[in-house]
Amino acid sequence: MPEETKGSNSVSPSAGGDTPPVEKAVVPAEASASQSSAPLTKAETLATPAEEAKTDRAPATAEKPAPVAAAKAVAAKLGAPPAAKPSVPPKPEGPKPEPWESELVTRLRRQYGSGIKEASTYLGQRYFVVDSSVLYEILLRMRDDELFDYCVDITAVHYPKRDAQFDIVYVLYSFHNNERIRVKTQIKDGEHLRTVVGIWETANWLEREVYDMFGVTFDGHPDLKRILLPDGWKGYPLRKDYPILQQDKEWVQINLGIESGQ
Amino acid sequence: MTDTKDRTAYLDLDTKDETFLDATELVINMGPQHPSTHGVLRVILKLDGEKVLGTECVIGYLHRGVEKIGENRTYAMFNPYVDRMDYVASVSNGLGYCETVEKLLNVEAPPRAQYLRVILTELCRIASHQVWLGTHALDIGALTPLFYCFRDREEILKIFEKYCGARLTTHAFRIGGCLYEAYDGFEQDCKKFCDFFLPKLDEYEELLTTNRIWVERTKGVGILKPEDCIALGVTGPVLRASGVKWDLRKRQPYESYKDFDFDVPTGQNGDTYDRYLVRIEEMRQAVRIIRQASDRLPQGPIMAKVPKVIKPAVGEVYHSIEAPKGELGYFIVSDGSTQPYRVRVRPPSFVNLQALDKMVRGLLVADVVAVIGTLDIVLGEVDR
Repeated sequence: MPEETKGSNSVSPSAGGDTPPVEKAVVPAEASASQSSAPLTKAETLATPAEEAKTDRAPATAEKPAPVAAAKAVAAKLGAPPAAKPSVPPKPEGPKPEPWESELVTRLRRQYGSGIKEASTYLGQRYFVVDSSVLYEILLRMRDDELFDYCVDITAVHYPKRDAQFDIVYVLYSFHNNERIRVKTQIKDGEHLRTVVGIWETANWLEREVYDMFGVTFDGHPDLKRILLPDGWKGYPLRKDYPILQQDKEWVQINLGIESGQ
Repeated sequence: MTDTKDRTAYLDLDTKDETFLDATELVINMGPQHPSTHGVLRVILKLDGEKVLGTECVIGYLHRGVEKIGENRTYAMFNPYVDRMDYVASVSNGLGYCETVEKLLNVEAPPRAQYLRVILTELCRIASHQVWLGTHALDIGALTPLFYCFRDREEILKIFEKYCGARLTTHAFRIGGCLYEAYDGFEQDCKKFCDFFLPKLDEYEELLTTNRIWVERTKGVGILKPEDCIALGVTGPVLRASGVKWDLRKRQPYESYKDFDFDVPTGQNGDTYDRYLVRIEEMRQAVRIIRQASDRLPQGPIMAKVPKVIKPAVGEVYHSIEAPKGELGYFIVSDGSTQPYRVRVRPPSFVNLQALDKMVRGLLVADVVAVIGTLDIVLGEVDR
């Protein structure tokens, strides 16, 4: 880094020697272009845009000796002389979920109304958020009428601060339409869901894993018990209030005959 | 007095004594420490003589809490962990994870990185199928394929070692592309391997394809109908052997797979023999892909513009790839911080193993061994 700044130093040695080398980084073209708002006299007297930017920012350095990255970002993002106020570079906006309109959504909305809470796409992936009371009907319909015949995955996400603590996510795929979709529902801690083993056999182990890791109960499941953890284990490890080092000490002591698993 | 009464009770065939009736049904444990369960899988078998009436899988002996670890590591730090799930196909695991995070970041690896990834992943597919073939054949009683497969797999591991320094858990890819540039002579090594490997593949086939013992032990064993496969969520070669032509590389192409010409082999009967043929053919197709990719390896950068600290925007993404064992999916939820809020792995082995019960009902105990082998499970991935 120091070498780089030295380089830019030598290109335009006319700038004040007092300013830290940081500020001498070459400013992108857009930055200098948008600086047309700067006082005309300055722009006229200065020969190159690079020099213009430099002299403009010289006072800024006196005010706020910003780190290299921040200064560069400011120059690139704002393009305006930062002398006015020490601004923080705005965070780049991430992609946002967009509403998803399609025949499928319209059909489902017509039948279930407010049962469909949200239909969106995020980064090109489609998903529904549905009310847990109509979840089973919708999933059944997804298989029979909309041909989502393959249940890829069932999983959960825990949000302890929310009222409805769990997101249950069903990832579905349609062999006919080569289409993937996610159906999500939100449930409270202790709320039960109806099993979908009758719809897709594969749900058997997947639901058992959700039960094992999150403690979500599926009514009507043929064999709902722990799958990855031993039967007598206490606690649900993938909940957020279960720290990574926590273990069922009692189980470890009784069954493994050791003081602790760590 | 009581003695004789007991004895007669035992001998009386009409008695409703349950202990006697139970004697015809035998419940035995297979595993967890059993050489043909490919790790630590415990199968509880309910038998009538040698006939299997039902099974129950007990899994979790290798559970390490990979998903929990993922929530407690940064995106980049978690990358090596995924290699430890399916440890015979670690490159595929890494590819799936990196691609999912890239999707979350909305970046794409540069073309050269994509080609490198395809070459290494296909090499890894061959290596994985070689481990499967060797152990599967060994389970059924053919000893030689094991030695042949492991001997030839060594050549792939050498390429991995030269490329990234590791043989098994490679950590070959990074989020945004590849860290390592191909070494001098990488393409030549890959092409040399292809030339070396095809005759070896014929050798494997010579040993097995028309071998009468092999055919008798595998034909008609562990049949899965296509509709059962779909209901059970079974993917990969097992699904294709049942006649469903479905491969994520073709149906939802990722990386640069759309640039290559290759076929998706399918079977007809969905039995163990067809699954064997499908995987053998898949190795041939992998060779085709490697040849094309090494010939056309583009120049350019191997890393996309990814920030040093990976902080995806708030959101969630599911992405899956065609791993050697089936659909390997990752569901990652980001809360905008440097660590994933939730990482869910959709492991193909876990889901495929569920089909075991349906496949072995009515077969003999010895066939259970063949069916476990043909499912090609890795317990590291089943248990995570």
